Amino acid sequence: MTNKSAKEIQARIRLDAVRDAAGKRKAKYRHIVRVCNTGCRSRRSSMIVDALHDAVLARGIEKEVLIQPTGCHGFCEFGPVMVVEPQGFFYGKVTAADVPEIVSETLIDGNPVKRLLWTDPDSGREVLLERDIPFYHRQQKLVSRKCGSIDPTSIEDYLAEGGYRALEKALFEMRPQEVIEQVESSGLRGRGGGGFPVGRKWRSCRQAEGLVKYVIANGDEGDPGAFMDRCLMEGDPHSILEGMIIGAYAIGAHEGFLYVRDEYPLAVEHLSIAIGQAEQHGLLGEEILGSQFNFTVSINRGAGAFVCGESTALMNSLEGKMGEPRAKYIHTVESGLWGRPSNLNNVETWANVPLIINEGPQWFRDIGTNGSKGTKIFSVVGKVNNPGLVEVPMGTTLREIIFDIGGGITPGSQFKAVQTGGPSGGCLPASRLDMSVDFDLLSDAGSMMGSGGMIVMDERTCMVDLARYYIGFLISESCGKCVPCREGLAQMNEILTGICKGQAHEQDIDTLQELALFMRDASLCGLGQTAPNPVLSTLRYFRSEYEACASASVGRTRCG
Amino acid sequence: MKQTLLIDGKMVRVEKGAAVIDAARKLGISIPTLCHHEALKPYGACRLCVVEVTKGGRTRLVTSCNYPSEEGLEVRTDTPAVRRSRRLTLEILIARCPDVPALQEMGRRMGISAARFRLQGSGQCILCGLCVRACDELVGAQAIALGERGIEKKVATPFNSPTTACIGCGSCTYICPTGCIEMMPEGTEMVLRTTGHTLEKCMNNYQCASCDVNNTFVHEMKKAIADFRRER
Repeated sequence: MTNKSAKEIQARIRLDAVRDAAGKRKAKYRHIVRVCNTGCRSRRSSMIVDALHDAVLARGIEKEVLIQPTGCHGFCEFGPVMVVEPQGFFYGKVTAADVPEIVSETLIDGNPVKRLLWTDPDSGREVLLERDIPFYHRQQKLVSRKCGSIDPTSIEDYLAEGGYRALEKALFEMRPQEVIEQVESSGLRGRGGGGFPVGRKWRSCRQAEGLVKYVIANGDEGDPGAFMDRCLMEGDPHSILEGMIIGAYAIGAHEGFLYVRDEYPLAVEHLSIAIGQAEQHGLLGEEILGSQFNFTVSINRGAGAFVCGESTALMNSLEGKMGEPRAKYIHTVESGLWGRPSNLNNVETWANVPLIINEGPQWFRDIGTNGSKGTKIFSVVGKVNNPGLVEVPMGTTLREIIFDIGGGITPGSQFKAVQTGGPSGGCLPASRLDMSVDFDLLSDAGSMMGSGGMIVMDERTCMVDLARYYIGFLISESCGKCVPCREGLAQMNEILTGICKGQAHEQDIDTLQELALFMRDASLCGLGQTAPNPVLSTLRYFRSEYEACASASVGRTRCG
Repeated sequence: MKQTLLIDGKMVRVEKGAAVIDAARKLGISIPTLCHHEALKPYGACRLCVVEVTKGGRTRLVTSCNYPSEEGLEVRTDTPAVRRSRRLTLEILIARCPDVPALQEMGRRMGISAARFRLQGSGQCILCGLCVRACDELVGAQAIALGERGIEKKVATPFNSPTTACIGCGSCTYICPTGCIEMMPEGTEMVLRTTGHTLEKCMNNYQCASCDVNNTFVHEMKKAIADFRRER
């Protein structure tokens, strides 16, 4: 036995010991109370956690109850949510005032607190368990499965759930090329919007000339109404790190960057904690787990520019320059950050990697459609009964997401359109509801997968006004470097405002379309090239609304 | 390594990676641009230099100032798509800066007569970034920068404050294609007309080692500015 493998063996034994100890520690408790303390913080879940601690102390059962703050369960409409084990009672809309009753009824007497259970609006029956709620029926939680079950600030929790096993497998049982082959054959495509094949990107980066290479995780999620990446960074930060370490090993990078928008302070906090813990356990730094592989990760906080979610602008920002995109005629895998080969993936993409390594590419390939494999997390918001975060296999239809999972449109309203893909995406009408979510189908329909934002609108939304909203958003977010995006958006806004006010000329709609197509082809970066999508897709499916607004007299349009 | 590419049906051999615009110029094909300058790194912002390239059977619009030449690349510099794109670029630029002679002249050549778009202002700055890049890449002073973003973007001194970084060389004035960034001598000081800021001149009166090296450059630039002003 060589010295090196002895080191490896010791490191892996130590890691298994941590996993065992964490499992045993949990087994000691009679009850585990899981409280979402990331997304639900907006409804004061922290106070629930505090109240639980006080109440179990007061009843003298603190040694029997483990109070565990977790990440997001996705069912935001019902938040703050809580799961009480071992029964698995799923409580929602909990407040700190409910805590004494939960403690006496459930923790001490073992009965559910009925008024906190979810009630089926159709049957009027209370549902005891999370998995029995229709919101979860069509979901397949893989990437986000740990979000609601582990404490995101505890590496022991992550390890106890089999965390970092994929890294061990990659480091000790696979050569870098094999890792790339597995990711390639899994069919995983980038979750940040573009849908580029991940394995191919990794391969190009590995093959690119240069000794110094970088891996980057893009956590600069900025689409209005989108919070998928936030959920992962806050609720399961180690899965992202594990993916990055595996990717770096495959590519041959020794330095990584997590670019996180500073509007997500909890994500920054949890990722920082995770990095510190991973370093402590020898999972980051020099000679990872006793191997000869070195890798470090640091966090860079984005200063609030939407355009910095674009890969080259993000790299400029990392370099300390203005967040302006650069031409991509030479790909960033060849010349990216500081002109060196750089592999950038979205955080959700990275979080998929440990799954593929653990379960194998064939398992992953069996989920989804021909061209889009695996699952995708969507944040479903707007006029639906159950806004929240859902993870579904690719190929699920929009109707299933909006009506079966989302619970349909809010009472008294009708479905009109769903906006997918954020400001770069488009609006799809009712006639497209039976379309499957799939990278290529969504693009063909004039929208895009984007990072997974899904905004549902009812008949009260004027589509011209909606297009104007997105163009307005992009005007303030365009970096202003290239003429088509900077001046084109301003001119589109002029025309849209004119149409909304009933001050439009006949040819304005054609000019709008001409400008939109021009911007798509002539803009420098992805932001400008996709910026006209909200206009183009509403023109495609709702042109009559443009015409109605344009021909209305001043002040008579619906959106004024 | 030399590469052969086909521009408007003519063959040309250039170094691998050379910008397509330079390869075209070698053939005497002129491509309009407002943000490209042979002394500076490509920027790709004005989008006037778009051309159509065909690679692997796929044709698309790219900017010729930063598109690298490669073996067998087919380039077309004057197709309907190219003309349409350039024309719209210029139209919306003119809406931003209607009074700039350089744009008006270009517009006349492209046959733009009536303004289709609402005027966005009456400024002279087209945000080509030449001044900022000359100050950074050629002079190394980094006295001016592009501040803000989107439609609010502007040439400014860092934090909009007076700067001691300016050495008063006038490169920005010299390189500006629209006559927007003018330096106005005020007593012993220089004022940047665009921002209204006083650019403090070199406290050491251009005596340091770094300036000695560039002395000829500074003198030439000053002379060029004088000529430039006389011409107007």
